[in-house]
Amino acid sequence: MARVRKRSIHLSKLCSFACCRPTSTDEHAQIGQKGYSRVVYCNEPDSQEQVRLKYRGNYVSTTKYTAANFIPKSLFEQFRRVANIYFLVVACVSFSPLAPYSAPSILVPLIVVIGATMVKEGVEDWRRRLQDVQANNRKVEVYDESSRSFEETKWKNLRVGHLVKVCKDEYFPADLLLLSSYYDDGVCYVETMNLDGENNLKLKHALEVTSSLRDIQTLKEFRAVVKCEDPNEHLYSFIGTLHYCHRQYSLSPQQILLRGSKLKNTDYIYGVVIFTGHDTKIMQNATDPPSKRTKIERRMDKIIYVLFSTLILVSFIGSLFFGVETKKDISGGNYRRWYLRPDSTTVFYNPRSASVAAFLHFLTGLMLYGYLIPISLYVSIEIVKVLQSIFINQDQAMYDEETDRPAQARTSNLNEELGQVHTILSDKTGTLTCNSMEFVKCSIAGTAYGCGMTEVEIALAKKRGERLTEPMSTDTVDSGKSVDTVDSGKSVKGFNFRDERIMNGQWVNEPQSDVIQKFFRVLAICHTAVPEVTESGEIIYEAESADEAAFVIAAREIGFQFFVRNQTSIKLHELDPRSGQTVDRVYKLLHVLEFSSARKRMSVIVRNPENQILLLAKGADSVIFERLSEQGCVFEARTREHIERYTEAGLRTLAVAYREIGDDEYTTWEEEFMKAKTSVRADRDDLADELADKIERDLILLGATAVEDKLQKGVPRCIDKLARARIGIWVLTGDKKGTAINIGYACSLLRHGMKLIVITLESPEIKAQEKHGDKEAIAQASLKSVKGQIHEGKSQVASEHSTEFGLIIDGKSLTFALDKNLVNCFMDLATRCATVICCRSSPKQKAIVTRLVKSVTGKTTLAIGDGANDVGMLQEADIGVGISGVEGMQICYFFYKNITFGFTLFWFEANASFSGQPAYNDWYMSCYNVFFTSLPVITLGVFDQDVSARLCLKHPLLYQEGVQNILFSWIRILGWMFNGVLSSIIIFFLTTNLIIGQAFRKDGQVADYAVLGVTMYTCVVWTVNCQMALSINYFTWIQHLFIWGSIALWYIFLVVYGYIPPTLSTTAYKVFVEACAPSIVYWLTTLLVVIATLLPLFSYRAFQIRFRPMEHDKIQRQRSEGSEHDKIQGRRAEGSEHDKIQGRRSEGSEHDVTESTGTRNSTDLPSEIRIRIDNLKAGPRSKNS
Amino acid sequence: MDTNGATTSSAAGGGSTSTSDSSLLSKKNSKKPQYSRFTQQELPACKPILTPGLVITTFTIIGIIFIPIGLVSLSASEHVVEIVDRYDEGCVPPNYSNDKLAYIQSSRTNKSCTRTLSVPKLMKSPVFIYYELDNFYQNHRRYVKSRSDKQLRSKAYERETKNCDPQAVSLDAPIVPCGLIAWSLFNDTYGFFVKSKMLEVNKKNIAWDSDKEHKFGSDVYPKNFQTGGLIGGAKLNSTTPLSEQEDLIVWMRTAALPTFRKLYGRIEEDLQANEQITVVIQNHYNTYSFGGKKKLVLSTTSWIGGKNDFIGIAYITVGGLCLFLAVNFILLYVIKPRALGDPSYLSWNRSPAGNPN
Repeated sequence: MARVRKRSIHLSKLCSFACCRPTSTDEHAQIGQKGYSRVVYCNEPDSQEQVRLKYRGNYVSTTKYTAANFIPKSLFEQFRRVANIYFLVVACVSFSPLAPYSAPSILVPLIVVIGATMVKEGVEDWRRRLQDVQANNRKVEVYDESSRSFEETKWKNLRVGHLVKVCKDEYFPADLLLLSSYYDDGVCYVETMNLDGENNLKLKHALEVTSSLRDIQTLKEFRAVVKCEDPNEHLYSFIGTLHYCHRQYSLSPQQILLRGSKLKNTDYIYGVVIFTGHDTKIMQNATDPPSKRTKIERRMDKIIYVLFSTLILVSFIGSLFFGVETKKDISGGNYRRWYLRPDSTTVFYNPRSASVAAFLHFLTGLMLYGYLIPISLYVSIEIVKVLQSIFINQDQAMYDEETDRPAQARTSNLNEELGQVHTILSDKTGTLTCNSMEFVKCSIAGTAYGCGMTEVEIALAKKRGERLTEPMSTDTVDSGKSVDTVDSGKSVKGFNFRDERIMNGQWVNEPQSDVIQKFFRVLAICHTAVPEVTESGEIIYEAESADEAAFVIAAREIGFQFFVRNQTSIKLHELDPRSGQTVDRVYKLLHVLEFSSARKRMSVIVRNPENQILLLAKGADSVIFERLSEQGCVFEARTREHIERYTEAGLRTLAVAYREIGDDEYTTWEEEFMKAKTSVRADRDDLADELADKIERDLILLGATAVEDKLQKGVPRCIDKLARARIGIWVLTGDKKGTAINIGYACSLLRHGMKLIVITLESPEIKAQEKHGDKEAIAQASLKSVKGQIHEGKSQVASEHSTEFGLIIDGKSLTFALDKNLVNCFMDLATRCATVICCRSSPKQKAIVTRLVKSVTGKTTLAIGDGANDVGMLQEADIGVGISGVEGMQICYFFYKNITFGFTLFWFEANASFSGQPAYNDWYMSCYNVFFTSLPVITLGVFDQDVSARLCLKHPLLYQEGVQNILFSWIRILGWMFNGVLSSIIIFFLTTNLIIGQAFRKDGQVADYAVLGVTMYTCVVWTVNCQMALSINYFTWIQHLFIWGSIALWYIFLVVYGYIPPTLSTTAYKVFVEACAPSIVYWLTTLLVVIATLLPLFSYRAFQIRFRPMEHDKIQRQRSEGSEHDKIQGRRAEGSEHDKIQGRRSEGSEHDVTESTGTRNSTDLPSEIRIRIDNLKAGPRSKNS
Repeated sequence: MDTNGATTSSAAGGGSTSTSDSSLLSKKNSKKPQYSRFTQQELPACKPILTPGLVITTFTIIGIIFIPIGLVSLSASEHVVEIVDRYDEGCVPPNYSNDKLAYIQSSRTNKSCTRTLSVPKLMKSPVFIYYELDNFYQNHRRYVKSRSDKQLRSKAYERETKNCDPQAVSLDAPIVPCGLIAWSLFNDTYGFFVKSKMLEVNKKNIAWDSDKEHKFGSDVYPKNFQTGGLIGGAKLNSTTPLSEQEDLIVWMRTAALPTFRKLYGRIEEDLQANEQITVVIQNHYNTYSFGGKKKLVLSTTSWIGGKNDFIGIAYITVGGLCLFLAVNFILLYVIKPRALGDPSYLSWNRSPAGNPN
């Protein structure tokens, strides 16, 4: 990346107009008061005053835990869960005689489960720590008082007041005050991707007084005091003053370089550390991510409550019977069950106070039937999520070649929500489009040039069902072909203009060649881009926006190559139409009147080689057109027409104009202008604006440009898929209505046959009202109009069920539609529409709309966006990464297995006079949830696919299963619970009847308590795992391993445990080897019970698949019908097309990983895994090498 | 005609706002995930689908396997000869029939009782003798816990009587074996006579070997047993170590359900069909207070164990059910046939909103 920069360029003039606006003086008055009390002694970090202030160091820690608080804090986190508290209480009570089983047997699974979760937390935190360490140990050059030179220091040692030198492509180690840069005028370029996701460069500008501090001698002497605001999270504001040489200077965000951003295109800068470590703005922004609970988790809690109720009910029934039975033990001096010694008993079994015994027994019951609550549920689900995120990160289909980034699922929390997204809210620029501008068309002197068709045009043509041909173009071949014919193979980024009439120097032959010449000169001169010559002699332009770069490149391609810019001049290689030679022309740069959103235009004043003074302007058509001189509007009508058409084609347009200024006029104007600029009055900006306005008049129109913001590759297809999956899509864009609608068509948001409902305030009545200017009346009328339109739309939607609707609403109407009284009505309409486009909407509106969609529909929403203006929107939405709906199944299964197990206990109890004796050995029970049944569920969660990815894409409607939560509906849950109870009944009654009573072996032995326990338990393990096998759609060796492995593990455990001395193994001692295994009945029982318990589910599934199949069943079946042959083919295609939803984290946080700044993104929205759609390729993002 | 040299020279460079000339670098350490069938979840898999064929085949196979198993089990059970005699009522003299409790609790009443059993079929040796109790909760938590495994196992732990209350100590000395289970040891005894010749009852090896070897110590002798105020069940010979007290060992293996059989002994000779067996019962054990039945069971065994028709019936039932379902599914498919995987049945193909492409 070596570039040769021959000389420094002084840009102060260039930027003088826009960059140096001081912030309002009112705020500066607050300095020194509360909230504005920070004092920084520049270059004196060790001075007493500075040390006394005790500002934090630059050490940054983003970990959740520290070594000291890890144990207590993570334990606390664990026991915030209801179920875990329950288990903890049970574990404590298990030391009392109340417990039906031994204390260790209940403690161990709890410890295993809690331990596993803690290990997971610990590992995650350790990773964060490693990142921190990396960031903290980065090197930066700091001025050292003792050695009087700059020395490398670690970031963490940096302190407030230090003078640092940051070199090109390095990150700023803290929030710095820019003193000076490599450039004389103290400007530098900064990339703020990590802060706001915007990829263009921002210009920062040092105060003039400090910009000369550029060598060690002057820096050595530098002493100043900065008084400024306290640390806060506002990225775009800074209030402070610099006390230097007995004078005060106001500081603005222009002088502040924020940690997390990166120095670009500037060899080095000097700065003073103002905020360090956690005081920096980026860290102030990184709040603890609020833990967003997923819908499934919320429902899981509800189910846990249901199970708790069951638990209480079952225990209650048990204790009731127990009380009655116990009371009967003494009747009139006779002891009924004398063998229990009711005469001499403890309080737990005392028939004389049966009610107390019953109550205590109730507590025992709560512990005994605790197996109804799946202890390992949470931990399994968390493991599943972590594994899922690993797989998401590993997915090749979600890898983006261009930016070399794999998908990054940073939070594993919300994976399953991805399968349930109901509404997608999206920003347009940078999300649907690439944010890489391409110059495609222009209208010069009333003639339209550029014959390529934009994607939007193609879509429009398709919509009209015709082949739209460009009337002005020389040939009528479609865009693809014309590219080939005009220019084979050569493609230039930012330039997609094809027209033989003016390319390759042909423009000289056009009738209006002088206008064309002027037009491209404007494009080549009127900008703030900087050319850079690489080693190979190529010229690269650094521009503030992609649009501007596109213009300069267009001019270059036509033959007006801008190649040098310095303080006072701009040099072009130009084609001289008369001689046909390339000549260098130097334009003297007199003034730059910068672009601002208020002015909507920019112009430059130059003196050309012919010594004419020219004002070259480009700007929004509305602004330019109203400034045309009478003779300057010759082409106005034609140009307007063209602009109209370009807008329709989804292009961004600008009008281009110029004027000649007389020397006298210029001199007088300049005098005034300079006076205004250097005045110290508060309104000097207004004054300067006014003067600029004065000179930008009587323009002569040259034409208009049209730049295309390319749609991301595959967007239409992806949106089509999403639509077919019945996911509502909302696009929130700042575009004009027309543009928005056409883009909508281009990317399939609006489809053929869709009815559009347009809500707008651009009706003549409103406009007429606006002219009168009574604000109140306008608001009234607007509200009324919007209301009317909404109601009209609703009735339309209600009357036609079969058609899809698209709703388009503009920002102004949206303001009224979001009015308290109307909002419900509006949302009602909007949710019934397949697509909603909000054009001309502000960032704030985006956030409000997102919140509304979320609260009104109560469904999962997903927001997509890439820039700062989407942050609000992203924060409002809940998000996720999408796999399939098996999570529901997985949880259902958890409840199933625990109910099956728990109820066998209950049936046994009923046969043990509810005395609280567990049916199984203590350790069988404790291992149940942890070892014998949990692993298959995890594999189910991670590996199961009901339908292959390719078929999913082919049949997007499948997605609705997730959205409607079919797989996790209450009916399904209850169904599984019922199945669990049924299984337990079958298991208990079959086993007891099969093995109890008669001899169960040839040697005459009878089955005792231990044998029954083992047999029943075997049946439970088999049943539960086989039910899992029945539910699995996708068997790989992993599934086989875990399912059959779990069953095998049980037998292994039984043998091993059986060989442990009887004091430990008690009833389990050699029970399998000696008693069960030699008994044929034992094996026959297992076989019969397993088949019998599987029968109900199997028959139900067989019946349901046949007669009421769900969507995925149908697909599976269709697939099994032998379309296997296109499978391989399909997969290949899929791989290359990246036709998948990409789930990935916001750019910034990715950067953290890839470039390890260690700081977390300011917009590090906890769960906003920003989904980029369909091979969403970010525009040209700069990378450091 | 390219007159402008600069155009071509700069064309390839082409950068706009920033450059991305690190493509070479990125190729070297690309972050593209490695391909493996595992990470891409493309492992070879079998995806079972419940097609009608599969369903019917499964049901049929289960039926075909289960019904023979059931039949074989039934016939095995048929070959087992079992004599069950309930004697708790019959062994109470008529004058005590209204107060059986008094009869059993009184030490002066004559507890002997003679029953006659007839052998229906030839009973091949060994004939197992069981006693069957009913309504006796050996699985009651208080009862189950009331023992000391340590004490049973070794003399050294004689004083380990933690859970044995109220049968833990007697006169400050530990009871061996302690606890309710041992204390309530079954104490009815049976003597068998065929044609006034006494049949020998082998009481050896009626307990699990593991119990004898590892749970009941050979150096542990009964002490203080049944010496307290309340006498529960049988007394033990204090000169025989616990490992040889097989009745106790059998009794101490608690039953799973309130109705249970326990092995009493074996008669190691064949009993001929129609033979009359006289049983002299010493009816000591109190089941009258809780209304439990007492039964004496003589049974042979087969490979399936004792007499149990339930196994066979259950297998035949499940197998039959499967065949029934198989037939039903076949009928259903005949009545409501449909081309498998007919895409026209997919709902989006019927829905008007669906986008045909």
